[in-house]
Amino acid sequence: MAKGVWIVAEQRDGAFRKISFELAATARKLADQLGDEVCAVLCGAGIEGIAGQLGKYGVDRVFVADSPALEPYTTDAHALAVAKIVKENDPAILLLGASTQGKDLAGRLAGKLATGLATDCTDVKIVDGKLLALRPMYAGKCYAEVAIASFPQMASLRPNVFPATENPKAGAVVKFDPALEAGQLKTKVIEVQKDTSGKVDLTEANIIVTGGRGMKGPEGYAVLEELAAILGATVGASRAAVDAGWRPQSDQVGQTGKIVSANLYIACGVSGAIQHLAGMSSSKFIVAVNKDPEAPIFAKADYGVVEDLFKFMPEFAKECKKLLA
Amino acid sequence: MNIVACVKQVPDTEAQIKVKPDGSGIEEGGIKWVMNPYDEFGVEEALRLKEKNGGEVTIVSVGPQRAMETIRTALAMGADRGIHICDPAFDGADAYTTASALAAAIKAIPHDIIFCGQRAIDDDSGQVGAILAELLGIPQVTVITKLEFTGAGVKVIRPIEGAQLLIECPLPCLLTAQKGLNEPRYASLPGIMKAKKKPVDVKDAAGLGVSVANKATIVKFVPPPARAAGKIICGDDVALKAAELARLLREEAKVI
Repeated sequence: MAKGVWIVAEQRDGAFRKISFELAATARKLADQLGDEVCAVLCGAGIEGIAGQLGKYGVDRVFVADSPALEPYTTDAHALAVAKIVKENDPAILLLGASTQGKDLAGRLAGKLATGLATDCTDVKIVDGKLLALRPMYAGKCYAEVAIASFPQMASLRPNVFPATENPKAGAVVKFDPALEAGQLKTKVIEVQKDTSGKVDLTEANIIVTGGRGMKGPEGYAVLEELAAILGATVGASRAAVDAGWRPQSDQVGQTGKIVSANLYIACGVSGAIQHLAGMSSSKFIVAVNKDPEAPIFAKADYGVVEDLFKFMPEFAKECKKLLA
Repeated sequence: MNIVACVKQVPDTEAQIKVKPDGSGIEEGGIKWVMNPYDEFGVEEALRLKEKNGGEVTIVSVGPQRAMETIRTALAMGADRGIHICDPAFDGADAYTTASALAAAIKAIPHDIIFCGQRAIDDDSGQVGAILAELLGIPQVTVITKLEFTGAGVKVIRPIEGAQLLIECPLPCLLTAQKGLNEPRYASLPGIMKAKKKPVDVKDAAGLGVSVANKATIVKFVPPPARAAGKIICGDDVALKAAELARLLREEAKVI
């Protein structure tokens, strides 16, 4: 019978992505309710040394496939490696991160393992011994509770939502051979162009400062960049601002952009079109700054300021600088 | 070249989504249905490939009768033919069942490149493309923003957190489209007229030889978690309001 709660850990360049610890801690919680162990799968090249770090967040055993064919990530290689070890061990639950890589892998694995997958979940729990996942649909305009009839019951977890609680366990490393054959590996990463700006991706950012139509033009974002530098935040944009060509597409928050879950989301000059609200409303604290008191964004805001953002934001940046000094 | 673009009909992004009182689904009354925006990027890219390299574009969709409008829209944009997988048995189908139906239809036709949207903006599950690629036994590259056809294969750009990957992939392959790939065209009036005469095959589960095998089930739909009413920071002095917001974020919310 399928047994155990498994995660697929995510690393890049030999360092764990934060989502890996969120997965481990969440898996620990579920496994404790089931009285099962937590296992992780870690794939890459030269990564055996970091595997043990997962123990700190509650992982009992880490299955490591260490091979040059697994670095950098390709769907082909990682899906074959993970599917092999999962099939051999028959876990009850398999969790991945809903990061760009995790979502790509999760879909392929669901196909390979012919099982059900709940994408981008914001809550997972055990009900009657089975996984029950809560996930947003329509970018968060409604939610669905999802149960999975097949094994492993797969879910991908939204980054930044689940706490990475420490709960030290053995984290024992078990090496396995992914048994990859060159003929199976079709795709090849020929170049990695790193973003050297040091900007944290919107989907992983703790604090986001977003500008909408009220920014009036690309130069308006300077006030937001200034605040972002003080708070260590990432600047986002509404669809209107992206469509106007003020900001790149990768900055767009909303139903047809990035769906984000920040600790603090500051919306400036954003009216709050439903497709925008959908993409950011799972953030923990929302601040709205808008000169229009009727703007729909205020209905979602924990703190609202009715003010001209070009007057307010420089003052607010000054205050933040004082506080953080 | 034989190109397939999978499309789904979804509620428009401006649609209000209301959960039925019994949680069995969403209220569909008053919803404006459109082609999933990410699928539109796929259709547009398929048409551009065809215009440059020759070939045919086939549109495939799983959906109820109204999904025919979306297939016709893609044909009006310039696609050549359609396959409409329409069977009440597929109502509420999960990603695995949907991908199985698409795979059965696509296996029967030549296919060099298959496009899907990177996710549908209704269920947001983003799995169908990957499962479809697996069922067809072909490689995938998901969430692409740029495509170059090299003859034997494609070179694509895939943005990930903090980097962009340039990936090479041989044909046949499946690609999922992300915003930024292109600017989809509007259907022209002559295009709309021509689309009415283009062939669309309607298939059901029995005709495709697939059975409904849902693995993930929605137990219930629920409204989004309610947010507590917020505080409006009042006053005439901008500096005082700025100081008050900073204080609240520090002391009450504890986020800065």
